[in-house]
Amino acid sequence: MTMPPFTTLTAIAAPMGEPNVDTNQLCPTRFNKVPRGPKHAQILFHDLRFNAEGSEKDFVLNREPYRTAGIIVGDRNFGCGSAREYAVWALYEFGIRCVIASSFGDIFVNNCYKNGLLPVVLPHESVLAIRRQLRERVGATLSVDLAAQTVTDVAGSVHRFEIHPVRRKCLLEGLDDIARTEQYRERLETFETGYLRQRSWLRSGA
Amino acid sequence: MTPQTMFEKIWQSHVALEEEGEVLLYVDRALIHEASLHTFANLEKMGRSVRRPAQVFAFSDHYVPTTGRDKGVEGIAIPEIRNMVVQLQKNTVRHGVMLFGIDDPRQGILHIVPPEQGITQPGLLITGADSHSSTHGAFGCLAFGIGSSDMLHVLATQALWQRKPKNMRITVDGALPFGVSAKDLILAIIARIGAGGGAGHVLEYAGSTIRSMSMEARMTVSNMSIEAGARAGMIAPDETTFGYLADRPFAPRGGAWNDAVAYWKGLPSDPGAKFDREVRFDASQLAPMVTWGTSPEHALPITGCVPDPRDAADEDKRAEIGAALDYMALKPGSPLSEIAVDRVFIGSCTNSRIEDLRAAASVARLGKAVVPAWIVPGSGTVKAQAEKEGLDRIFTAAGFEWRSPGCSLCTAINGDQLKPGERCASTSNRNFRGRQGTGGRTHLLSPAMAAAAALTGRLCDVRELEEKR
Ligand code: SF4
Repeated sequence: MTMPPFTTLTAIAAPMGEPNVDTNQLCPTRFNKVPRGPKHAQILFHDLRFNAEGSEKDFVLNREPYRTAGIIVGDRNFGCGSAREYAVWALYEFGIRCVIASSFGDIFVNNCYKNGLLPVVLPHESVLAIRRQLRERVGATLSVDLAAQTVTDVAGSVHRFEIHPVRRKCLLEGLDDIARTEQYRERLETFETGYLRQRSWLRSGA
Repeated sequence: MTPQTMFEKIWQSHVALEEEGEVLLYVDRALIHEASLHTFANLEKMGRSVRRPAQVFAFSDHYVPTTGRDKGVEGIAIPEIRNMVVQLQKNTVRHGVMLFGIDDPRQGILHIVPPEQGITQPGLLITGADSHSSTHGAFGCLAFGIGSSDMLHVLATQALWQRKPKNMRITVDGALPFGVSAKDLILAIIARIGAGGGAGHVLEYAGSTIRSMSMEARMTVSNMSIEAGARAGMIAPDETTFGYLADRPFAPRGGAWNDAVAYWKGLPSDPGAKFDREVRFDASQLAPMVTWGTSPEHALPITGCVPDPRDAADEDKRAEIGAALDYMALKPGSPLSEIAVDRVFIGSCTNSRIEDLRAAASVARLGKAVVPAWIVPGSGTVKAQAEKEGLDRIFTAAGFEWRSPGCSLCTAINGDQLKPGERCASTSNRNFRGRQGTGGRTHLLSPAMAAAAALTGRLCDVRELEEKR
């Protein structure tokens, strides 16, 4: 699987102040049967964006200019909930490439990494400040530089963020994990043999 | 040697190699369900196969209907849903993976069946295509949910790249008071530490309360670790664990059993082992809990009232509570025990084991359901056991509906769902907006509390009913 690389991004950022935005909101489970594709753009936040008969609700991503947002600035515990990757696919297909929040659901973060989407953790005060700027200057852009590990906000202030070096490298180069593991095939096999030899009982039972 | 935590021991024993602070972990067992459709498709697109099919177990649970099961796959009316179930059958046959399928008498939820079958064992590293894989940690193994890209990697390599999480110990002491269950305890823990309180951590539950719990109750606690934002939950294996596992179909036998137990006994955290964070709870002060909002952290004792946004600490919290109450259509300050419900759901990987059904039945026995109430056992094994004990007859006599195993109304993708605006008292694990159906409203609670809600048509303190017994 090739993964789209992530290097730098300057895009309109949508502020979303609610904490605990869960994966069921990002992608309601009834859409799990839908194979990955452009349809997921419509599915993102579906029940917050659309009424039952299909008309649009008043929701940030339905307002101009956020229909073309590439970044979401959330709050704490963004992407909590299920392990399903649809939530990330929905964000990606909508055009979101980066989510900034003060904390994330763990599985969601991993799923972002596997799909070329960058999760950025900033201190809560910074996230609040950036959201305030975005509310004052609707449609303003933020710039994200993964190599430098920085977010430049509306006022031009630079916020540095942490990311694991391997995850950074994989995102920058669009590397997938399976290719990486292949390089270690022999070492993995040696480990496995030793591991199983010490645990004979794992082969007992039905 | 420096004292180690149980998590460190199990983590260390699975590290095949390290690269720049990320480790490649060897995976003992992988658990998948119908949604693995996309994973298999990608595997085949890459021209790969499942590397260790004997270590992968598949379950028809998320999409199977909970009625009309005598007809098997043919009984599934909606073609897209039938397709999900059929594809899992095809994929598992093609890749030589064992399937607990729709026609299998052992069929059930992927977090209910592996413990019953002895597939879940102490010391293992288990990855599941579902976030509540933390359930299995109740046996003293490291078990966590992963997304489909990671599952693709596990199927292709039987390993997974990970960064080491932190380790938090939650020590619970004291006897659970009358009417208070494992579900109430874990809801109280999440309410205290928050839905993101365990983020980046693996939790170990310890203390006398946990020690005296059955495996069923321990699984309920560990199951909801993910609702505290944690990567996984764990409980040290002990005689209760070994007693539960002995003679299960996939458990080791004879000499192998003795070797296994000797190894398992070395797994618990060493005295003096350091945790990144420690939290303590006094179980003796707990009351039955219910959730009022749209996050599992929105939980309070049933004796409490709907919170008032005006009392919130800051503006953000005020907005959050306001939005939750708006969705839930609740008035600030009204007593939780006056909230009328439209339906009751007793099921899900949190609370559909035999003990949960016994607890619900002991309340159901006291009256008649006044709202539609469903019982969805977690597996065929649970269902058969309950029928042997006559629980099904207690439920049906009290007007509850006795259904077939599956995830059902927990995640509402098999066709079982709430109507918009419907309010449900549910023993499941997530009260997210729309989780049980678009516009549906969910109140999380224990099986006994859910049964009490069925008898009274409102969220109700089960202790009031029990006392009249
Ligand atoms: S019962 Fe609910 S939480 Fe558990 S595995 Fe099924 S859908 Fe997931």
